[in-house]
Amino acid sequence: MATLQEYAVDIRPTWCSGCGDFGIWNALKRAFVAAEYDPQDIVMVSGIGCGSKMNDYMRVNGLHTLHGRPVPVAQGVRLANTARKVICVHGDGDGYGEGGNHFLHAARRNMGIVDLVENNHVYALTRGQYSPTSYKGFKTSTSPFGVLEKPVNPLGLALSQGATFVARGHSLDLEQLQHLIVEALDHRGYAFIDVMQVCVTYNREMLYDWYREHTYKVDENGDYDPSDWDAAMKKAMEFPGGDRVPTGIIYRTEDVPAYEEGEPTLEAGPLVDQPLRTRPWEDYQILLDEQM
Amino acid sequence: MPANEISFRIGGEAGQGVESSGAGFCQALTRAGLQVIGVPSYFERIRGGHNHYSIRAANREKPVWSVRETVDVLLALNAETVAEHLNCMSPNGVIIVDEDTDLEAMQSELDESDVQLLSVPIKEIAVKHGSDVMTNTAALAVAAAVSGFDVKYMMSVIEDNFRVKGDKIVNANQAVAQEAYDLATDQYGLLVSEALGDRESPPRLSLHCNTAFAMGTLVGGCKFVAGYPMTPWSSVLEYLSGHAAGWGMVVKHAEDEIAAVNMTIGAAYAGVRAMTGSSGGGFDLMTEGISLAAMTETPLVVLLAQRPGPATGLSTRTAQGDLMLAIYAAHGEFPRIVLAPHTPEEHFFAAARALNIAEKYQCLVIVLTDHYFANTVTCRDRSLFDLDAITVERGKWITAQELDDMDEYDRFAVTDDGVSPRVIPGSHPKAVFLTTSNEHREDGHISEDPYVVVDQISKRNRKLEGMRSEIRPPLREGPENADLTMVTWGSTYGPALEAMEILNENGGSANMVHFVDMWPFPTRAVQEALSDAKRIVVIEGNITGPLAHLIETHADIPIQERINKYDGRHFTYEYILAQLED
Repeated sequence: MATLQEYAVDIRPTWCSGCGDFGIWNALKRAFVAAEYDPQDIVMVSGIGCGSKMNDYMRVNGLHTLHGRPVPVAQGVRLANTARKVICVHGDGDGYGEGGNHFLHAARRNMGIVDLVENNHVYALTRGQYSPTSYKGFKTSTSPFGVLEKPVNPLGLALSQGATFVARGHSLDLEQLQHLIVEALDHRGYAFIDVMQVCVTYNREMLYDWYREHTYKVDENGDYDPSDWDAAMKKAMEFPGGDRVPTGIIYRTEDVPAYEEGEPTLEAGPLVDQPLRTRPWEDYQILLDEQM
Repeated sequence: MPANEISFRIGGEAGQGVESSGAGFCQALTRAGLQVIGVPSYFERIRGGHNHYSIRAANREKPVWSVRETVDVLLALNAETVAEHLNCMSPNGVIIVDEDTDLEAMQSELDESDVQLLSVPIKEIAVKHGSDVMTNTAALAVAAAVSGFDVKYMMSVIEDNFRVKGDKIVNANQAVAQEAYDLATDQYGLLVSEALGDRESPPRLSLHCNTAFAMGTLVGGCKFVAGYPMTPWSSVLEYLSGHAAGWGMVVKHAEDEIAAVNMTIGAAYAGVRAMTGSSGGGFDLMTEGISLAAMTETPLVVLLAQRPGPATGLSTRTAQGDLMLAIYAAHGEFPRIVLAPHTPEEHFFAAARALNIAEKYQCLVIVLTDHYFANTVTCRDRSLFDLDAITVERGKWITAQELDDMDEYDRFAVTDDGVSPRVIPGSHPKAVFLTTSNEHREDGHISEDPYVVVDQISKRNRKLEGMRSEIRPPLREGPENADLTMVTWGSTYGPALEAMEILNENGGSANMVHFVDMWPFPTRAVQEALSDAKRIVVIEGNITGPLAHLIETHADIPIQERINKYDGRHFTYEYILAQLED
């Protein structure tokens, strides 16, 4: 069984001290160990941004791609090798801005990947411009008079597109985040986690105290039913817009088959393990017969 | 009209089945052992407008490489077709129309011309046995009768192509064909100078180059294709979507071309043979991904099917305007291969070859084709598609045993030839590594160390030497030391070849240098082929002459004469001959 040490590399993260990425980093490694995965079982696909460097700082199969593009890359990896656990890790600019279209289609496609979006409501690596989830009025270098747009509602978007696992965690509560990742890894189809996180450098208005004051767990009273889509949508619409931020598994159903379960060619096992030519050589003459 | 051959044209509205009728007739002519080529011309619309399909069939051994601009037998499914093509008719040409077609507006022009107008109850015959959608079948049968082409070849195509729709449809179409054929035989008999007939020929395929390319990907062991529909690449995606399940392939119609190329990169990274493709704007969207493939050294095959641009341009027309795009697309410096097949069999082999080269050098291979190739039906000897000639070469891989003996596996190890052995990610406890779009160390982790940067950039670009060895010199056609040397690439091959043959048959002296592999540019071979040429004419389907420019800049051979065509229509040998005379 894997240990935390096996996920360690001798590279120090370049994140600012106090960055929420440290919490997510630890929660990911702990979740992999808790879910009993070895580093070689995981393919971690990331985009571009501070948090997308996650796979540079841990020992997994990492594929650090382009801004906004990790989701389609991850889907390609998944279709090619269903024996691997594919997890996408990227930021809010990446997932909801540049990659917004891919997000919609991943949600309705329901391919068996985990999609973890680190949402700090600001562009940090490019030094402090507003992001798709920045609240209206937020002043940054590209919104000197305050943001004019309403923020994206990631949970609502995912739900409206038919996502089968929708969760929210945050970088202060490692225990909950680890639990959400473990559950997402166990999900049959597309598992989406919006992870709200502090950016100590460029988002000074949403620091640790803000999280303590505004977040709550949907199942704190033990009476929340994550299989109730209407209730989930109601929770999703609480934030952004309202003052309280619901966290936990907002919606989950295991009744919807994953995309790859319907792909006939994959009935024979992972594509990468199949022979390049699956039929007897003489059968290939049929391709020519068809054109006679 | 030339002996032993007939130029047919079918015209009608979009939605009248002009293209499927044309392609079916090509199939019948091919089964009769004739040499055949068929080219559609259509507008970007689902219904209405004027579409037509040109076919040239010849009772000869030598292939026909180009349709003719003149028409011997015109099948006019509406009055507009007559008006549109009357001025293309050859002397005593035949026009077939339904008896109810209103030709009053052009009656005086028809009277002045020497065309033979056949007003036939084709619609009535169609409705009698089936429905008016079978009017095309009746028209084709009339065309067959007056051309001296046996209806039995049409019957066999009807049987095969309509079988999926049931016996009733097959029988109805055959009854329509038979009655129309008999009627025309009785009433008109042979109306062309020589019966088309049939001949003993080796088995032949009748196919589009896109189909040939798609077949090549299956035979070449491609396992994954992602794409987004765009004319003229879509038919590759459609063919493979239809074949995937039976042939061990996964095909994904993605949300856009950006997703398509990135899915393909993900699959190739994970270790499967993969390819994608698109046209103009869709390919533009892929360029960011192409750069990712270059940095991560992921094998990537992209089919780029050209059509006229910029922007949407002429979406259902042809051009050769994207050669420079193929050579230079995407940011950063990295080596690549650009292939430009020129026949169906070359498209077939290009697919497999591209997959091999991409894996051997972990590089980008772009295969350039165009709308003309995608839609032209050509008949080719089946023996040209030798499956056993397709081998699979997957390049350098490291084995589990080698990994056992290693301290650490470096995915991007600096090597003499620039190629670092691959492994399927996660297939071994030591096969766990980072692949990143940032500059990186040999083990894959991000680095900005200037020495590391230089090592890795040098390593990647060193592959160019090996890649150069894959490039074939331009083809030489015709006699040596000719007075005229035509220089071509891609789809100008056929029309130029036929123009060359006609020139030489008529006492001229012409040869051809045809480029098959465009990049890395085969500089020395080009110098060898062209330095002694007396008169060079570069023939391209574009305005700026990218091939002429490459020859001038790389081979240092001045190009004085060019024939450039950029009206969205394909070349014909007649056009080339006329331009050479000017």
